[in-house]
Amino acid sequence: MSNSIEILIKSIVLIMILMGAAAYMTFCERVVMARMQLRLGPNRVGPLGLWQPLADGIKLLCKESFRPAGADALTYALAPAITLFTALFAFVLIPFGDTIQLWGHTVALYIANVDVGILLILAVSSLAVYGVFLAGWGSNNRYALLGGLRATAQMISYEIPMSLALLTVVVASGTLRLPEIVQMQREHWFIWTNPLSFIIYLIAAFAETNRAPFDLPESEQELTAGYHTEYGGMKFAMFFMAEYINILAVSAIMVTFFFGGWLGPFDIPILWFICKIAIVVFLFLWVRATMARFRYGELMSFSWKILLPLSIINLIITTYFTVV
Amino acid sequence: MMHGLLIVLKHAFKRPVTLQYPEERKILPARSRGRHYLTKWDDGLERCVGCELCAIVCPAQAIYVKPAANEPDDVHSHGERYAADFQINMLRCIYCGYCEEACPTGAIVLSNEYELSAQSREELIFTKEILTEKNPGDSGRDPKREI
Repeated sequence: MSNSIEILIKSIVLIMILMGAAAYMTFCERVVMARMQLRLGPNRVGPLGLWQPLADGIKLLCKESFRPAGADALTYALAPAITLFTALFAFVLIPFGDTIQLWGHTVALYIANVDVGILLILAVSSLAVYGVFLAGWGSNNRYALLGGLRATAQMISYEIPMSLALLTVVVASGTLRLPEIVQMQREHWFIWTNPLSFIIYLIAAFAETNRAPFDLPESEQELTAGYHTEYGGMKFAMFFMAEYINILAVSAIMVTFFFGGWLGPFDIPILWFICKIAIVVFLFLWVRATMARFRYGELMSFSWKILLPLSIINLIITTYFTVV
Repeated sequence: MMHGLLIVLKHAFKRPVTLQYPEERKILPARSRGRHYLTKWDDGLERCVGCELCAIVCPAQAIYVKPAANEPDDVHSHGERYAADFQINMLRCIYCGYCEEACPTGAIVLSNEYELSAQSREELIFTKEILTEKNPGDSGRDPKREI
Protein backbone atom coordinates (compact mmCIF):
# COMPACT_ATOMS: atom_id res chain seq x y z
CA MET A 1 0.00 0.00 0.00
CA SER A 2 2.66 2.46 0.99
CA ASN A 3 4.55 1.31 -2.05
CA SER A 4 1.73 2.40 -4.36
CA ILE A 5 1.47 5.74 -2.62
CA GLU A 6 5.19 6.21 -3.04
CA ILE A 7 4.92 5.39 -6.73
CA LEU A 8 1.96 7.71 -7.11
CA ILE A 9 3.75 10.60 -5.47
CA LYS A 10 6.90 10.02 -7.51
CA SER A 11 4.86 9.87 -10.71
CA ILE A 12 3.01 13.09 -9.97
CA VAL A 13 6.22 14.89 -9.09
CA LEU A 14 7.88 13.57 -12.22
CA ILE A 15 4.99 14.61 -14.47
CA MET A 16 4.98 18.10 -13.00
CA ILE A 17 8.72 18.43 -13.48
CA LEU A 18 8.58 17.05 -17.01
CA MET A 19 5.79 19.37 -18.10
CA GLY A 20 7.67 22.34 -16.72
CA ALA A 21 10.91 21.16 -18.28
CA ALA A 22 9.29 20.64 -21.68
CA ALA A 23 7.70 24.09 -21.55
CA TYR A 24 10.97 25.75 -20.67
CA MET A 25 12.76 23.69 -23.27
CA THR A 26 10.68 25.41 -25.92
CA PHE A 27 11.88 28.69 -24.49
CA CYS A 28 15.50 27.53 -24.39
CA GLU A 29 15.24 26.32 -27.94
CA ARG A 30 14.02 29.67 -29.16
CA VAL A 31 16.71 31.57 -27.26
CA VAL A 32 19.59 29.25 -28.15
CA MET A 33 18.67 28.98 -31.82
CA ALA A 34 18.18 32.73 -31.99
CA ARG A 35 21.59 33.41 -30.49
CA MET A 36 23.16 31.06 -32.99
CA GLN A 37 21.48 33.03 -35.73
CA LEU A 38 22.76 36.36 -34.37
CA ARG A 39 19.38 37.45 -33.07
CA LEU A 40 17.74 37.67 -29.66
CA GLY A 41 15.21 35.14 -28.54
CA PRO A 42 11.98 36.16 -26.81
CA ASN A 43 12.91 38.66 -24.12
CA ARG A 44 9.80 40.79 -23.61
CA VAL A 45 7.50 38.65 -21.48
CA GLY A 46 8.77 38.85 -17.92
CA PRO A 47 12.39 39.32 -16.91
CA LEU A 48 14.60 38.07 -19.75
CA GLY A 49 11.52 36.59 -21.36
CA LEU A 50 11.17 33.87 -18.75
CA TRP A 51 7.39 33.98 -18.65
CA GLN A 52 7.22 33.22 -22.38
CA PRO A 53 6.24 29.53 -21.96
CA LEU A 54 3.52 30.63 -19.56
CA ALA A 55 2.19 33.06 -22.16
CA ASP A 56 2.34 30.33 -24.80
CA GLY A 57 0.49 27.93 -22.54
CA ILE A 58 -2.25 30.43 -21.76
CA LYS A 59 -2.62 31.21 -25.44
CA LEU A 60 -2.99 27.56 -26.39
CA LEU A 61 -5.48 26.96 -23.60
CA CYS A 62 -7.67 29.85 -24.69
CA LYS A 63 -7.96 28.69 -28.27
CA GLU A 64 -11.08 27.15 -29.72
CA SER A 65 -11.32 23.40 -29.44
CA PHE A 66 -12.47 22.34 -32.90
CA ARG A 67 -12.80 19.18 -34.89
CA PRO A 68 -12.58 19.22 -38.70
CA ALA A 69 -15.67 18.11 -40.60
CA GLY A 70 -15.53 14.42 -41.36
CA ALA A 71 -12.84 13.73 -38.79
CA ASP A 72 -13.45 10.63 -36.76
CA ALA A 73 -14.13 11.99 -33.27
CA LEU A 74 -12.53 9.22 -31.25
CA THR A 75 -9.41 8.93 -33.39
CA TYR A 76 -8.97 12.67 -33.57
CA ALA A 77 -9.17 13.07 -29.82
CA LEU A 78 -7.22 9.96 -28.95
CA ALA A 79 -4.10 10.60 -31.01
CA PRO A 80 -2.54 13.41 -28.95
CA ALA A 81 -3.35 11.50 -25.78
CA ILE A 82 -1.51 8.41 -26.99
CA THR A 83 1.48 10.46 -28.07
CA LEU A 84 1.71 12.24 -24.74
CA PHE A 85 1.21 9.07 -22.74
CA THR A 86 3.96 7.13 -24.47
CA ALA A 87 6.32 10.07 -24.25
CA LEU A 88 5.80 10.36 -20.50
CA PHE A 89 5.96 6.61 -19.99
CA ALA A 90 9.60 6.45 -21.05
CA PHE A 91 10.51 8.18 -17.79
CA VAL A 92 9.06 5.47 -15.57
CA LEU A 93 12.16 3.37 -15.74
CA ILE A 94 14.90 5.97 -15.91
CA PRO A 95 17.04 6.18 -12.79
CA PHE A 96 17.66 9.70 -11.59
CA GLY A 97 19.93 8.54 -8.84
CA ASP A 98 20.50 5.87 -6.26
CA THR A 99 18.36 5.54 -3.15
CA ILE A 100 18.04 8.56 -0.88
CA GLN A 101 16.64 9.04 2.60
CA LEU A 102 13.53 11.19 2.84
CA TRP A 103 11.82 11.63 6.23
CA GLY A 104 12.85 8.20 7.40
CA HIS A 105 11.87 6.36 4.21
CA THR A 106 14.38 4.94 1.80
CA VAL A 107 13.23 6.25 -1.56
CA ALA A 108 14.67 4.94 -4.80
CA LEU A 109 15.03 7.65 -7.39
CA TYR A 110 13.26 5.75 -10.11
CA ILE A 111 9.61 4.85 -10.39
CA ALA A 112 10.04 1.22 -11.41
CA ASN A 113 12.84 -1.27 -11.89
CA VAL A 114 11.48 -4.05 -14.04
CA ASP A 115 13.54 -7.03 -15.11
CA VAL A 116 13.31 -6.12 -18.74
CA GLY A 117 14.13 -2.46 -18.29
CA ILE A 118 15.11 -1.02 -21.62
CA LEU A 119 12.93 -3.44 -23.54
CA LEU A 120 9.84 -1.95 -21.96
CA ILE A 121 10.95 1.56 -22.85
CA LEU A 122 11.59 0.59 -26.44
CA ALA A 123 8.27 -1.22 -26.67
CA VAL A 124 6.30 1.74 -25.37
CA SER A 125 8.13 4.21 -27.58
CA SER A 126 7.16 2.05 -30.50
CA LEU A 127 3.56 2.61 -29.45
CA ALA A 128 4.15 6.32 -29.96
CA VAL A 129 3.86 5.60 -33.66
CA TYR A 130 0.13 4.96 -33.12
CA GLY A 131 -0.34 8.53 -32.02
CA VAL A 132 1.28 9.87 -35.15
CA PHE A 133 -0.62 7.94 -37.73
CA LEU A 134 -3.94 8.12 -35.90
CA ALA A 135 -3.48 11.88 -35.97
CA GLY A 136 -2.78 11.82 -39.67
CA TRP A 137 -5.70 9.52 -40.44
CA GLY A 138 -8.21 11.08 -38.08
CA SER A 139 -7.70 14.59 -39.45
CA ASN A 140 -9.56 13.90 -42.69
CA ASN A 141 -6.87 15.82 -44.57
CA ARG A 142 -4.75 14.24 -47.28
CA TYR A 143 -1.67 16.24 -46.40
CA ALA A 144 -1.95 15.33 -42.76
CA LEU A 145 -2.32 11.70 -43.81
CA LEU A 146 0.78 11.84 -45.97
CA GLY A 147 2.70 13.58 -43.21
CA GLY A 148 1.52 11.01 -40.73
CA LEU A 149 2.52 8.09 -42.94
CA ARG A 150 5.94 9.53 -43.59
CA ALA A 151 6.51 10.20 -39.92
CA THR A 152 5.37 6.68 -39.08
CA ALA A 153 7.66 5.09 -41.62
CA GLN A 154 10.53 7.19 -40.40
CA MET A 155 9.96 6.34 -36.77
CA ILE A 156 9.61 2.61 -37.26
CA SER A 157 12.60 2.34 -39.55
CA TYR A 158 14.88 4.15 -37.13
CA GLU A 159 13.76 2.08 -34.20
CA ILE A 160 15.80 -0.88 -35.40
CA PRO A 161 19.26 0.71 -35.41
CA MET A 162 18.34 2.41 -32.14
CA SER A 163 17.45 -0.87 -30.47
CA LEU A 164 20.52 -2.60 -31.85
CA ALA A 165 22.77 0.19 -30.60
CA LEU A 166 21.25 -0.09 -27.13
CA LEU A 167 21.57 -3.85 -27.38
CA THR A 168 25.33 -3.55 -27.66
CA VAL A 169 25.41 -1.72 -24.35
CA VAL A 170 23.17 -4.38 -22.85
CA VAL A 171 25.57 -7.05 -24.09
CA ALA A 172 28.53 -5.11 -22.72
CA SER A 173 26.95 -4.67 -19.31
CA GLY A 174 25.16 -7.98 -19.10
CA THR A 175 21.88 -6.65 -17.76
CA LEU A 176 18.69 -5.08 -19.08
CA ARG A 177 17.88 -3.18 -15.90
CA LEU A 178 18.65 0.51 -16.12
CA PRO A 179 19.83 1.21 -12.57
CA GLU A 180 22.33 -1.62 -12.94
CA ILE A 181 23.54 -0.37 -16.29
CA VAL A 182 24.33 2.91 -14.55
CA GLN A 183 26.13 1.09 -11.74
CA MET A 184 28.24 -0.79 -14.29
CA GLN A 185 29.63 2.54 -15.47
CA ARG A 186 31.44 3.38 -12.28
CA GLU A 187 34.87 2.72 -13.74
CA HIS A 188 34.32 4.01 -17.21
CA TRP A 189 31.38 5.24 -19.23
CA PHE A 190 30.04 3.11 -22.03
CA ILE A 191 30.72 5.82 -24.58
CA TRP A 192 34.41 4.94 -24.39
CA THR A 193 33.86 1.25 -24.96
CA ASN A 194 31.02 1.56 -27.49
CA PRO A 195 31.60 4.81 -29.40
CA LEU A 196 30.01 3.55 -32.59
CA SER A 197 26.87 2.56 -30.71
CA PHE A 198 26.70 6.06 -29.35
CA ILE A 199 26.88 7.60 -32.79
CA ILE A 200 24.27 5.23 -34.18
CA TYR A 201 22.02 5.88 -31.21
CA LEU A 202 22.48 9.63 -31.53
CA ILE A 203 21.45 9.63 -35.18
CA ALA A 204 18.53 7.32 -34.53
CA ALA A 205 17.43 9.50 -31.60
CA PHE A 206 17.29 12.53 -33.86
CA ALA A 207 15.15 10.57 -36.28
CA GLU A 208 12.88 9.07 -33.65
CA THR A 209 11.93 12.43 -32.25
CA ASN A 210 11.38 13.91 -35.73
CA ARG A 211 14.04 16.47 -35.00
CA ALA A 212 16.36 18.22 -37.41
CA PRO A 213 17.92 17.14 -39.65
CA PHE A 214 15.21 14.46 -39.88
CA ASP A 215 12.26 16.77 -39.36
CA LEU A 216 10.61 16.44 -42.76
CA PRO A 217 7.33 15.16 -41.30
CA GLU A 218 6.84 18.31 -39.36
CA SER A 219 8.58 20.87 -41.49
CA GLU A 220 6.41 23.88 -42.02
CA GLN A 221 7.77 24.60 -45.44
CA GLU A 222 7.23 21.23 -47.02
CA LEU A 223 4.14 19.71 -45.53
CA THR A 224 2.19 22.46 -43.75
CA ALA A 225 2.96 20.92 -40.35
CA GLY A 226 2.32 17.31 -41.36
CA TYR A 227 0.35 15.12 -39.04
CA HIS A 228 -0.61 17.84 -36.61
CA THR A 229 -1.93 20.25 -39.26
CA GLU A 230 -5.55 19.97 -38.17
CA TYR A 231 -4.89 20.34 -34.48
CA GLY A 232 -5.20 23.54 -32.51
CA GLY A 233 -5.35 24.74 -28.95
CA MET A 234 -4.91 22.15 -26.24
CA LYS A 235 -4.57 19.16 -28.55
CA PHE A 236 -1.75 20.85 -30.38
CA ALA A 237 -0.20 21.73 -27.04
CA MET A 238 -0.25 18.03 -26.20
CA PHE A 239 1.60 17.13 -29.40
CA PHE A 240 4.03 19.91 -28.74
CA MET A 241 4.65 18.80 -25.17
CA ALA A 242 4.95 15.21 -26.29
CA GLU A 243 7.63 16.11 -28.79
CA TYR A 244 9.76 17.92 -26.25
CA ILE A 245 9.22 15.26 -23.61
CA ASN A 246 10.32 12.74 -26.23
CA ILE A 247 13.51 14.70 -26.71
CA LEU A 248 14.08 14.66 -22.97
CA ALA A 249 13.35 10.92 -22.91
CA VAL A 250 15.84 9.96 -25.59
CA SER A 251 18.41 12.28 -23.99
CA ALA A 252 17.79 10.60 -20.65
CA ILE A 253 18.24 7.16 -22.19
CA MET A 254 21.38 8.36 -23.92
CA VAL A 255 22.81 9.71 -20.69
CA THR A 256 21.87 6.56 -18.79
CA PHE A 257 23.40 4.21 -21.32
CA PHE A 258 26.46 6.07 -22.51
CA PHE A 259 27.35 8.84 -20.11
CA GLY A 260 27.11 7.18 -16.74
CA GLY A 261 23.60 8.28 -15.76
CA TRP A 262 23.70 10.09 -12.46
CA LEU A 263 27.31 9.18 -11.67
CA GLY A 264 29.76 11.99 -11.27
CA PRO A 265 32.10 13.51 -8.71
CA PHE A 266 30.57 12.85 -5.26
CA ASP A 267 27.67 10.98 -6.91
CA ILE A 268 25.11 13.68 -6.12
CA PRO A 269 21.83 11.97 -7.09
CA ILE A 270 19.93 14.21 -9.46
CA LEU A 271 22.31 17.04 -10.22
CA TRP A 272 24.73 15.31 -12.57
CA PHE A 273 21.90 13.65 -14.42
CA ILE A 274 20.29 17.00 -15.11
CA CYS A 275 23.61 18.55 -16.15
CA LYS A 276 24.26 15.76 -18.63
CA ILE A 277 20.75 15.92 -20.02
CA ALA A 278 21.15 19.67 -20.42
CA ILE A 279 24.30 19.16 -22.47
CA VAL A 280 22.62 16.56 -24.69
CA VAL A 281 19.58 18.79 -25.20
CA PHE A 282 21.92 21.62 -26.14
CA LEU A 283 23.39 19.27 -28.72
CA PHE A 284 19.90 18.69 -30.14
CA LEU A 285 19.32 22.44 -30.44
CA TRP A 286 22.77 23.02 -31.87
CA VAL A 287 22.28 20.44 -34.60
CA ARG A 288 18.86 21.85 -35.40
CA ALA A 289 20.38 25.28 -35.94
CA THR A 290 23.15 23.88 -38.12
CA MET A 291 21.96 21.19 -40.47
CA ALA A 292 19.67 21.23 -43.47
CA ARG A 293 17.02 18.58 -43.47
CA PHE A 294 17.27 15.28 -45.29
CA ARG A 295 15.05 14.51 -48.23
CA TYR A 296 12.64 11.75 -47.39
CA GLY A 297 14.15 9.15 -49.73
CA GLU A 298 17.63 9.89 -48.42
CA LEU A 299 16.35 9.61 -44.89
CA MET A 300 14.88 6.16 -45.42
CA SER A 301 17.79 4.79 -47.40
CA PHE A 302 20.17 6.12 -44.77
CA SER A 303 18.37 4.08 -42.16
CA TRP A 304 18.04 0.85 -44.04
CA LYS A 305 21.18 0.83 -46.13
CA ILE A 306 23.70 2.44 -43.84
CA LEU A 307 22.63 2.51 -40.22
CA LEU A 308 21.16 -0.97 -40.07
CA PRO A 309 24.18 -2.86 -41.50
CA LEU A 310 26.46 -0.71 -39.37
CA SER A 311 24.57 -1.48 -36.19
CA ILE A 312 24.45 -5.19 -36.97
CA ILE A 313 28.19 -5.30 -37.56
CA ASN A 314 28.69 -3.29 -34.38
CA LEU A 315 26.58 -5.78 -32.45
CA ILE A 316 28.49 -8.72 -33.84
CA ILE A 317 31.83 -7.17 -32.94
CA THR A 318 30.69 -6.23 -29.43
CA THR A 319 29.30 -9.68 -28.82
CA TYR A 320 32.53 -11.21 -30.07
CA PHE A 321 34.62 -9.17 -27.67
CA THR A 322 32.31 -9.77 -24.76
CA VAL A 323 31.66 -13.46 -25.16
CA VAL A 324 34.95 -14.67 -26.61
CA MET B 1 30.16 18.50 -40.40
CA MET B 2 32.02 19.22 -37.19
CA HIS B 3 33.40 22.29 -38.87
CA GLY B 4 29.88 23.44 -39.64
CA LEU B 5 28.78 22.84 -36.08
CA LEU B 6 31.71 24.83 -34.76
CA ILE B 7 30.94 27.75 -37.05
CA VAL B 8 27.39 27.88 -35.74
CA LEU B 9 28.63 27.67 -32.16
CA LYS B 10 30.98 30.57 -32.79
CA HIS B 11 28.01 32.62 -33.91
CA ALA B 12 26.27 31.91 -30.66
CA PHE B 13 28.82 34.03 -28.86
CA LYS B 14 28.73 36.99 -31.19
CA ARG B 15 26.69 40.03 -30.39
CA PRO B 16 23.18 39.79 -31.92
CA VAL B 17 22.42 42.29 -34.63
CA THR B 18 18.88 42.84 -33.42
CA LEU B 19 17.82 46.41 -32.76
CA GLN B 20 15.52 46.42 -29.75
CA TYR B 21 12.81 48.80 -30.93
CA PRO B 22 11.43 50.96 -29.32
CA GLU B 23 14.25 51.29 -26.84
CA GLU B 24 16.86 51.50 -29.57
CA ARG B 25 16.09 53.28 -32.81
CA LYS B 26 18.00 53.21 -36.01
CA ILE B 27 19.71 56.46 -36.99
CA LEU B 28 18.60 57.05 -40.57
CA PRO B 29 20.68 58.94 -43.13
CA ALA B 30 19.96 62.67 -43.19
CA ARG B 31 18.30 62.54 -46.60
CA SER B 32 15.87 59.70 -45.80
CA ARG B 33 12.38 60.62 -46.86
CA GLY B 34 9.81 60.67 -44.08
CA ARG B 35 7.24 63.10 -42.85
CA HIS B 36 6.59 66.36 -44.70
CA TYR B 37 7.12 69.82 -43.24
CA LEU B 38 6.10 73.23 -44.60
CA THR B 39 9.04 75.45 -43.75
CA LYS B 40 9.33 79.16 -43.05
CA TRP B 41 11.80 81.86 -43.89
CA ASP B 42 14.09 83.25 -41.28
CA ASP B 43 11.75 86.18 -40.67
CA GLY B 44 8.80 83.91 -39.88
CA LEU B 45 6.87 84.16 -43.15
CA GLU B 46 5.85 80.91 -44.84
CA ARG B 47 7.85 79.81 -47.81
CA CYS B 48 4.87 78.29 -49.57
CA VAL B 49 3.48 80.58 -52.31
CA GLY B 50 0.55 78.32 -53.26
CA CYS B 51 1.87 77.55 -56.75
CA GLU B 52 0.56 73.96 -56.55
CA LEU B 53 3.60 72.53 -58.33
CA CYS B 54 3.89 69.86 -55.62
CA ALA B 55 0.27 68.82 -56.16
CA ILE B 56 0.85 68.64 -59.91
CA VAL B 57 4.02 66.50 -59.70
CA CYS B 58 2.83 64.16 -56.96
CA PRO B 59 2.57 60.66 -58.52
CA ALA B 60 0.03 59.52 -55.94
CA GLN B 61 -2.05 62.73 -56.09
CA ALA B 62 -1.83 62.96 -52.35
CA ILE B 63 -1.55 66.77 -52.01
CA TYR B 64 -4.40 69.29 -52.05
CA VAL B 65 -3.56 73.00 -52.22
CA LYS B 66 -6.05 75.86 -52.13
CA PRO B 67 -4.31 79.12 -52.89
CA ALA B 68 -5.41 82.54 -51.74
CA ALA B 69 -4.12 86.06 -52.37
CA ASN B 70 -1.89 87.86 -49.91
CA GLU B 71 -3.81 90.96 -48.73
CA PRO B 72 -1.69 94.04 -47.76
CA ASP B 73 -2.65 93.63 -44.11
CA ASP B 74 -2.65 89.82 -44.11
CA VAL B 75 0.73 88.74 -45.44
CA HIS B 76 1.62 85.05 -45.19
CA SER B 77 4.38 84.65 -47.74
CA HIS B 78 6.81 86.72 -49.73
CA GLY B 79 4.93 86.33 -53.05
CA GLU B 80 1.44 87.25 -54.23
CA ARG B 81 -0.24 84.02 -53.16
CA TYR B 82 -0.07 81.68 -50.23
CA ALA B 83 -1.60 78.30 -49.52
CA ALA B 84 -4.81 78.90 -47.57
CA ASP B 85 -5.52 75.19 -47.34
CA PHE B 86 -2.79 72.56 -47.67
CA GLN B 87 -3.56 68.90 -47.03
CA ILE B 88 -1.45 65.81 -47.60
CA ASN B 89 -3.01 62.36 -47.30
CA MET B 90 -0.12 60.48 -45.69
CA LEU B 91 -1.76 57.17 -46.58
CA ARG B 92 -1.66 58.00 -50.29
CA CYS B 93 1.81 59.51 -50.17
CA ILE B 94 4.55 57.25 -51.46
CA TYR B 95 7.37 59.30 -49.91
CA CYS B 96 9.14 59.73 -53.25
CA GLY B 97 10.31 63.29 -52.61
CA TYR B 98 9.16 64.71 -55.96
CA CYS B 99 7.24 67.49 -54.17
CA GLU B 100 10.44 68.53 -52.42
CA GLU B 101 12.27 68.57 -55.77
CA ALA B 102 9.50 70.47 -57.55
CA CYS B 103 8.99 73.22 -54.98
CA PRO B 104 10.49 76.51 -56.29
CA THR B 105 10.83 78.08 -52.86
CA GLY B 106 11.94 75.02 -50.89
CA ALA B 107 8.78 75.18 -48.79
CA ILE B 108 7.87 71.53 -48.60
CA VAL B 109 10.64 69.26 -47.28
CA LEU B 110 10.72 65.65 -46.18
CA SER B 111 12.30 65.07 -42.80
CA ASN B 112 13.36 61.61 -41.67
CA GLU B 113 10.62 61.00 -39.11
CA TYR B 114 8.94 57.76 -40.03
CA GLU B 115 6.86 56.93 -36.97
CA LEU B 116 3.46 58.04 -38.22
CA SER B 117 0.92 55.71 -36.70
CA ALA B 118 -2.60 56.94 -35.93
CA GLN B 119 -5.87 55.51 -34.73
CA SER B 120 -7.98 56.28 -37.79
CA ARG B 121 -7.66 57.11 -41.48
CA GLU B 122 -8.91 60.66 -40.90
CA GLU B 123 -6.09 61.40 -38.50
CA LEU B 124 -3.56 60.67 -41.23
CA ILE B 125 -4.73 63.44 -43.53
CA PHE B 126 -2.24 66.04 -42.38
CA THR B 127 -3.55 69.62 -42.55
CA LYS B 128 -1.58 72.79 -42.80
CA GLU B 129 -1.42 73.16 -39.02
CA ILE B 130 0.19 69.78 -38.57
CA LEU B 131 2.53 70.24 -41.51
CA THR B 132 3.86 73.71 -40.84
CA GLU B 133 6.84 73.96 -38.54
CA LYS B 134 6.17 76.16 -35.51
CA ASN B 135 9.42 78.07 -35.62
CA PRO B 136 11.77 78.50 -38.54
CA GLY B 137 14.31 75.70 -38.51
CA ASP B 138 12.20 73.17 -36.55
CA SER B 139 12.20 70.74 -39.45
CA GLY B 140 15.98 70.56 -39.40
CA ARG B 141 16.55 72.63 -42.53
CA ASP B 142 18.38 75.91 -42.44
CA PRO B 143 15.82 78.78 -42.57
CA LYS B 144 18.34 81.04 -44.29
CA ARG B 145 18.70 78.76 -47.33
CA GLU B 146 17.58 80.00 -50.71
CA ILE B 147 15.51 77.00 -51.87
